[in-house]
Amino acid sequence: MKNIKHDSRGYYRSLTRKMLLTIIIVSFTPLIMVSSIILYQFNSSYHEKVEAHLEELVLKHKQNIDNFLKEKLGDIRFLAEVFCCEELTKESFLQDKLVMLQQEFGPVFVDLGVVNAQGFQVAYAGPFKLGKARYSDAQWFKKAIKSKYFISDVFLGLRGLPHFIVTVRDNWKSEQWILRATIDFVAFNNFVKNIRIGETGFAYILNREGKFQTKPYFNITPKKGPYRDFLKIKEGDLKKVHMIEKKDESGKKNLYVAAFLKNGDWLLVYQQLASDAFSDLNKTVCVAIAILLLGAFGIVLTAFILSKRMVNRISVADQEKEMMNKQIIETGKLASVGKLAAGIAHEINNPVAIMVEEAGWIGDLLEEEEFGESENLNEFERALKQIKTQGHRCKEITHKLLSFARKTDSRAQEIQINDLIKELVELSEQRAKYGKITINTNLQEDLTTIYLAQSEIQQVLLNLINNAVDAMENKGGLLNITTGLEENFVVIKLTDNGPGIPESNLSRIFEPFFTTKPIGKGTGLGLSICYGIIQKMGGEIDVESVIGSGTTFRIRLPIQNALHS
Amino acid sequence: MSENQNKRIRLLLVDDEKGFVDIISKRMSKRNIDVTKAYSGTDALQALRKADFDVVVLDLKMEGMDGIEILKLFKKIVPDLAVIMLTGHGSEEAARDGINFGAFDYLTKPCDLEELVAKIKEAYRQQKRN
Repeated sequence: MKNIKHDSRGYYRSLTRKMLLTIIIVSFTPLIMVSSIILYQFNSSYHEKVEAHLEELVLKHKQNIDNFLKEKLGDIRFLAEVFCCEELTKESFLQDKLVMLQQEFGPVFVDLGVVNAQGFQVAYAGPFKLGKARYSDAQWFKKAIKSKYFISDVFLGLRGLPHFIVTVRDNWKSEQWILRATIDFVAFNNFVKNIRIGETGFAYILNREGKFQTKPYFNITPKKGPYRDFLKIKEGDLKKVHMIEKKDESGKKNLYVAAFLKNGDWLLVYQQLASDAFSDLNKTVCVAIAILLLGAFGIVLTAFILSKRMVNRISVADQEKEMMNKQIIETGKLASVGKLAAGIAHEINNPVAIMVEEAGWIGDLLEEEEFGESENLNEFERALKQIKTQGHRCKEITHKLLSFARKTDSRAQEIQINDLIKELVELSEQRAKYGKITINTNLQEDLTTIYLAQSEIQQVLLNLINNAVDAMENKGGLLNITTGLEENFVVIKLTDNGPGIPESNLSRIFEPFFTTKPIGKGTGLGLSICYGIIQKMGGEIDVESVIGSGTTFRIRLPIQNALHS
Repeated sequence: MSENQNKRIRLLLVDDEKGFVDIISKRMSKRNIDVTKAYSGTDALQALRKADFDVVVLDLKMEGMDGIEILKLFKKIVPDLAVIMLTGHGSEEAARDGINFGAFDYLTKPCDLEELVAKIKEAYRQQKRN
């Protein structure tokens, strides 16, 4: 029995597990799939959006800077072409032109200078004392003298401050000369300084050697990493905007967007931490994951509770089914016992009838005169009377047995509980007498009839009477059976003064297979079946017991059952 | 009345319980009833063909025989025959069927002899009236 219980526990556990897994898989699969697809789509479109935005930003600034440089060059070209070298070498004239330019464009032009073919500055207008400076060895001069227009990289020069210059070369009296203008570094730097997005986005300009052309950032080593990759880009790709996502030296992922300026001489780089650039996306992903996790937790919890509850229901249903089966078997047993009893009763009837008739025959013969004088006539008559009486007793017993057998019918019918109890008491009296047990009945007169299956209620009452008799068999005792009405219930009480039931057993007494009888004597099914039958009838059965003073079983059967008829 | 008292009733007793039939017939003969014994349905039919009877007492529960079928056959041979049926306790339904097929009445076995005799006399009187 223990093994079976153990196995069924395992069965229900595995059933719970299977249900749990099924619910989880069925709910998680679409949830995860849909979430992944949505997240993937959202992620890629958001990336595209951010990248497009950054590309546009960088492109716009590249155009702005290029335009700025072209404009400044154009201004200087205008000066060189409109005025001749002679005019421009006059420092006061040059000073006028500088003031004019500064008034026109703001403090973008720092100074102007005219440099002859030998590299000597022949005229200068500006805040520094650079008149007559010699530039023949300067890098910019060497390049500027070779081309019509030239824009230098940023350098310190004679003034010791970062700046860059734009130059225009011209001829005067078959001699080449250069008009040079210094562009204000601060003004130029503002172009990139203003490119700021988010918390970490910033921009700068590098030349082909990887030197800063704008205010330098010391946490950047331009000759390494993504900068080097950008600087390697050759002609052809110069007009495009390039984008790389890479980890920087501190290991953080950065977004680099770069575009070439000045025909590929300079590189405008925009740099931003990926986490910052995609912060909205990350926030959304975080919220989505949190919701997903909460949902997952909810699903798991629901699945757990649901499967536990369902399996509990199933196990209760299984137990009920098992009990029903046992009950059917028990009822079947009772029916076959009934049939057997009926058979025996019939068989006994005939010999008893013959015996009684034979005794009657002797009586007939005794009436004849020759026996009239016999000494023992009275004794004969007494014996015959006794035979007749006992014969009738036998007849009554067989009648009772037959009535019992007939009532194994499990169809519901109108029943008078009092009559049923009387019959059962008569049936049990013999056994009770052997155990020195007296059965008293105190039945309420005019008790309402109830509509139920006679065989079933008979089984319950017989079981309870038998149990009481079993309990008191050794020492003898008293069993009181009472009936009464309580509101809409017929109440039957069976009170014995036996040894009582220990409290620990009392709570388990209606459980299937629970028995205190020795192995082989009881199946432990009796009371659980009684419980099942009474429950089915819509009634109640309960028990009270005090050790040493006895036990009371109380059955309440609803009178409403009569309505079913 | 005197005719009734003097004339012995001719009774056919059909029961497969030999001991019962024998003792009843002995006791009946002391009560002004001539009993012809039949231990089976076949015996009873033969006896019925040979002689006339005032009343038949028929046990419904005999081995290998259906009491109701025998009753039907009796009624075919002698339509106005008075038949009293003996039934076991609890099989009154069969006896009621028997009454529908023309039986006079029924008694539950084991029955009191005096009761049976009274019933036989009653059946006999009624038959005579008819």
